[in-house]
Amino acid sequence: MVTAEHVSERRLSIPNNPITGVLLAIPAYFAGLWLGTLFGLNDDANTGVILGYTFATAAFLIGVGFLNYPLERLFGWRVSPISDPEENRGIGRFFRLSLDHKVIGMQYLVTILIMLLFGGIGAMLIRSSLLSPDSSITPPGQYIMLIGLHSVMMIFITSAVIVGPFGNYLVPLMIGARRMAFPRLEALSFWLVPPAAVILAAAAFWGGFPTGWTGYPPLSEQAGQGMDSYIVGFALIGLALIVSGINMLATIITLRAPGMTWTRLPIFVWGIFTTSILGMLAAPVLAVALVQLAMDRTVQTSFFLSANGGSNYLWQNLFWFFGHPEVYIFILPAFGIIMEIVPHFARKPLWGYRTGVVGLFGVALLSWFVWQHHLFVSGIAPVLRPFYMLSTELISIPTGIIFLVTLGTLWRARVWFTVPMLFCMGFLFNFLIGGISGVYLSDVPTDVTLHGSYFSMAHFHYTIMGGEIFALMAACYYWLPKMTGKMLSATIGRVHFWWMFIAFNSTFFPLFIAGILNMPRRVSSYDPALQGLNTWVTISAYFLFGSMILFAGNVIYSLFFSARPALANPWHARSLEWQLPTPVPAYNFERVPMIVGGPYDYGVPNARPVADLGGLVGVTGGG
Amino acid sequence: MFRLEGQDRVHAGRLAVIWVILSVIGIVAALQIHYPPYDNSVQGADQSKTMALMTVLAVPIFIGVVLMLVYSAIFFRRRGLELVDGPPMLGNTPVQVAWIGISAVVVLFLAVVGITTLASSSAAQAVGAAGRAIGQSGETGSSTAGGQGPELQVQVVAQQWYFTYRYADYGGVETTHLYLPLNRPVELHVTSLDIIHSFWAYQLGVKADANPGVDNVFHVTPDKLGGFQVRCAELCGIWHGHMADSDGRVVSQSDFDAWIAQQQKDEADIQKALPSYAPYYFPEPLTKGS
Repeated sequence: MVTAEHVSERRLSIPNNPITGVLLAIPAYFAGLWLGTLFGLNDDANTGVILGYTFATAAFLIGVGFLNYPLERLFGWRVSPISDPEENRGIGRFFRLSLDHKVIGMQYLVTILIMLLFGGIGAMLIRSSLLSPDSSITPPGQYIMLIGLHSVMMIFITSAVIVGPFGNYLVPLMIGARRMAFPRLEALSFWLVPPAAVILAAAAFWGGFPTGWTGYPPLSEQAGQGMDSYIVGFALIGLALIVSGINMLATIITLRAPGMTWTRLPIFVWGIFTTSILGMLAAPVLAVALVQLAMDRTVQTSFFLSANGGSNYLWQNLFWFFGHPEVYIFILPAFGIIMEIVPHFARKPLWGYRTGVVGLFGVALLSWFVWQHHLFVSGIAPVLRPFYMLSTELISIPTGIIFLVTLGTLWRARVWFTVPMLFCMGFLFNFLIGGISGVYLSDVPTDVTLHGSYFSMAHFHYTIMGGEIFALMAACYYWLPKMTGKMLSATIGRVHFWWMFIAFNSTFFPLFIAGILNMPRRVSSYDPALQGLNTWVTISAYFLFGSMILFAGNVIYSLFFSARPALANPWHARSLEWQLPTPVPAYNFERVPMIVGGPYDYGVPNARPVADLGGLVGVTGGG
Repeated sequence: MFRLEGQDRVHAGRLAVIWVILSVIGIVAALQIHYPPYDNSVQGADQSKTMALMTVLAVPIFIGVVLMLVYSAIFFRRRGLELVDGPPMLGNTPVQVAWIGISAVVVLFLAVVGITTLASSSAAQAVGAAGRAIGQSGETGSSTAGGQGPELQVQVVAQQWYFTYRYADYGGVETTHLYLPLNRPVELHVTSLDIIHSFWAYQLGVKADANPGVDNVFHVTPDKLGGFQVRCAELCGIWHGHMADSDGRVVSQSDFDAWIAQQQKDEADIQKALPSYAPYYFPEPLTKGS
């Protein structure tokens, strides 16, 4: 008979942390490399490198501790206390596998901001080499490597930068849940990101990859071993998207507190909900395409090689069938943030809440029907062009709804211009330009000139950087007081906003002109007539980078030096997450709250507080 | 339907007046710009016109939203330190219906204009009835490849990292620069020998991807004499940025005849080493004259 003492003796004694993970990953990489070189069909090391990265990732996850729970269950060992946030306090919990959604949110935030620094340095190097029109600063080979690393790194970041930190941290707080539905999947979605980033960076040791983020074959089949980083890294991010999408949907559907009806759901949660649907359904298509590409490169299939009956159009279709929903994976949570923050500072209910939700779903739905607008000049069947032109232009309607809802909320409001509110206004301005320029690209006759030029590059930077990253900044200034217990300096924040807003527009607006004036994307040499314009852009880009440094400085200064403790509800907001004390207790709510009011009922006569929290009420909000 | 009262009426009236004035100024300004790719070809002129139309439509939308943002920042900001709640407006169905209706009308108008431009003969040619013959059976979507049509047949052959051109009507002679006769419709057959490139003749308003094993057909009718630039617009490896040629020329028919005769004479030796003119040359290994 097995006694309790016997059980407790048999515990996994390896310390589980990222260091163990790395120590296991290194031999696993070489084992994969060896195996692939032994049995690979090619003379080059592709098979080995792909196997090496895959083995290393698996070993890293085991080292971090993902195998413990299954093993403990399988052999009847005592389950380690990692699953319990109350037993797992202290600063060390941020550096280990944790199943607490608040810890995972912080892990995500810090990891992604560090990645953002590297992506930004890549952008600065690209801009620096464009100071000269003739590849004299950076040789073309290195330039093309920088393009690849910057673009894919930024895609990794922007896929997760809102859902990862803020989705994981805030969704349970906003819906009145004590945890996420699948905490282990949630942790997995985070722990896949650092290996993906490291594997991507490893491409530099193989000379990078020449394809940018689109990875078009046959170029990507011609490319060296750096391309394998793209394949494995992107696949890991795709897996993270699937896993996190399933988890978010399950959480939002099943774990809402009593009284949290679908029409009382904060709009940010709707943003996460729609983006999770897209992530869960789009990423498998990417995974299929990546597996095919990996097989073409290793075991000599020819999915994408027309020489042997394949087709490079297959990749273009699969990639963009993923790729276009992917860009809405970036922006839907940003829409959610803007529509969430504006009512709290306008001190008015969200104007047309239901229409806003319909707008989010409209964008999510239409995003599946537009992907061939990336192929207008590729030689697709001409009869398809009008359809994709129409479906693409139709997306302006639900996107316009987002503007309608925010502008309606501002109408006759009493706007309190805090730093998050400034970033929301900046978002609306930038995204307006990004959206309008998108219509130029959707129209086939104008797309013939603008396709693949700096115009499209400026367009998506306006939507992603001017849109998503501005929303990220709004979210940081708005929610970091709740997450860290410290207020970010509003004075530095205002300087940061104006600096970033002006530098951003000064950087990217001229690039529309560069595109219209004959400058293709991803070139290391260009028409010398455009050198003045490019120099202006480069200098503005340095200022833009400086504004991000100022943001980092503000975070570090406010968290560690000025130490202004945040009130539980510094913005006097009504929504549920602000009714909790700061720092948020281990299981958020002592008991599952009863939701009795809407999150945005400012000024509504006889509005009830948002929830009955029992004994745990922080500073009550509302006017 | 839109009964506005009190403050709503004051604000809406003010905004409408400012919006109309600024939009008129903006539209007049937008019409002063001569949009690229200008009018060196029939197709380029169409694109230029479409771009002007889009800008004219975009200006009032842009001004409207920005005006509303600025107006809110000025008039709808909180006065004093007290936190005051605004009026609890939850939505307004007629306004929402109107907004969605107007945006739908603008979008459908744009789509209809785009599709008719596309369908009208010149623009349909601009972006082509692409011939798709992908690696099989030697068929091509174009019935006129290599034949004597009313259009000049020019093949654009892309490879890492330059473009060459073959004139089907002149025995498939291969040249390193693209010369086109004035006012004569040209049928471009764009193909590639290795990976995907994109043939971008900016001044002519032509962009067409070059895919290995595919004959991608685009049409252009140059109607101004002068030079044009050719660039690759699809990332094709390290020398992508250098895959450019500024020596394209639109010349008169007589100059063209003289030039092509000279080319045929100069390239005669090389011509023997070339494979005969075909819709595409992939995956056949190609022996090129050096």
